[in-house]
Amino acid sequence: MNYRPHTAGSQPEYLHEAYQSTRKRSPLQPLVRLPPGCTESSGPTFSPRHVPPIADMSKTADGREAAGQRIVVAGRVTDEDGRPVSNTMIELWQANAAGRYDHPGDTHDAPVDPNFPGVGRVFTDDDGLYRFMSIKPGAYPWRNHHNAWRPNHIHFSLFGPGCASRLITQMYFPGDPLLALDPIYNSIPDAEARRRLISTFDIELTLPEYALGYRFDLVLRGTRSTPFEGT
Amino acid sequence: MTSATSQQTIGPFWHGLADEDWCDLTRFGGDTGERRPLILTGRIVDGNGALVTDACIETWQTSPPASDTFPGWGRCATNAEGTFRIRTLIPDDHPAQAPHITVLVHARGLLKPLLTRAYFANHPMNERDPVLQSIDPARRPTLLAHPVGEARWQFDIRLQGENETVFFEV
Repeated sequence: MNYRPHTAGSQPEYLHEAYQSTRKRSPLQPLVRLPPGCTESSGPTFSPRHVPPIADMSKTADGREAAGQRIVVAGRVTDEDGRPVSNTMIELWQANAAGRYDHPGDTHDAPVDPNFPGVGRVFTDDDGLYRFMSIKPGAYPWRNHHNAWRPNHIHFSLFGPGCASRLITQMYFPGDPLLALDPIYNSIPDAEARRRLISTFDIELTLPEYALGYRFDLVLRGTRSTPFEGT
Repeated sequence: MTSATSQQTIGPFWHGLADEDWCDLTRFGGDTGERRPLILTGRIVDGNGALVTDACIETWQTSPPASDTFPGWGRCATNAEGTFRIRTLIPDDHPAQAPHITVLVHARGLLKPLLTRAYFANHPMNERDPVLQSIDPARRPTLLAHPVGEARWQFDIRLQGENETVFFEV
């Protein structure tokens, strides 16, 4: 497979000074391009038979409800040519409604929710569609700079057909005033690419008397069309 | 055409993805018979030489081919010593390239994954591997894992600075 280069400005650089942790973790040497058809053109596949879905993060397996605003998130995963990426695994994780992760390293002074581990996993269907339930994550402080707060977000991890299409990203919420101040969100040079990380409120997805609906579509790297191969 | 969704860092709290079973690619019995197990360990350091203790390491290999008893893919967290440990199988010999294991590094401070390869020091095919041979000889050693015991190989990763590991793009 011959992967198409990324569109200029659509991906962050490794070094983004405003995000302090990048300063000593970003490589200084240029990346070396691998040839088409390399090992990295392929990648693992996952099946719900082996890794069972966790499609409702808003309650525990035995039905105890997490605190917070219930949400339903749905969307479509396609490649850059608009073809659906079917039966692919999406891994999800997020902070609880108070802005705290169920993680020993998270020392933010906000309550842990025993009913919210904050981890989910879903698979796209034949049309590339996915859907899960959760609660709206809270914002939290992160000490990157004075009075730094992460906008509300849900982490997404997808594989697609190969290591080259591996995507780890974050879904944000519309109207969040913290986005303009967030170095991680603003590490993406292109404004339209940034905007696409913001989900859309959707009344059609919203479940009456139950949960607000947000739509979030994802695009995985595609391969060059056959006629252009070798050119 | 719509460009691919932008990457964002995995962050420090990705443990929801961490399943210790996934550090062991032989857990389905793939190392029975002629397949030889391999333990690949490595320490990750940043540009200050500080240990990277919150990284997520993923490995991929196409050889031996993925099957019901061998996933070909693994995931492991670095520990308090900045060290990962993956148990897998030694890749088969190939006529046109040297055996190698693809390594993806995700971490807080990495806005997108870093991709590298672990080759095996002193493997005769290294001299003829097109990717390895394309690398500046001065930097080539950063792609070599070294034997540290029976079926154990060490592959350290330096994210930045002196002896910075060679990272790839596809």
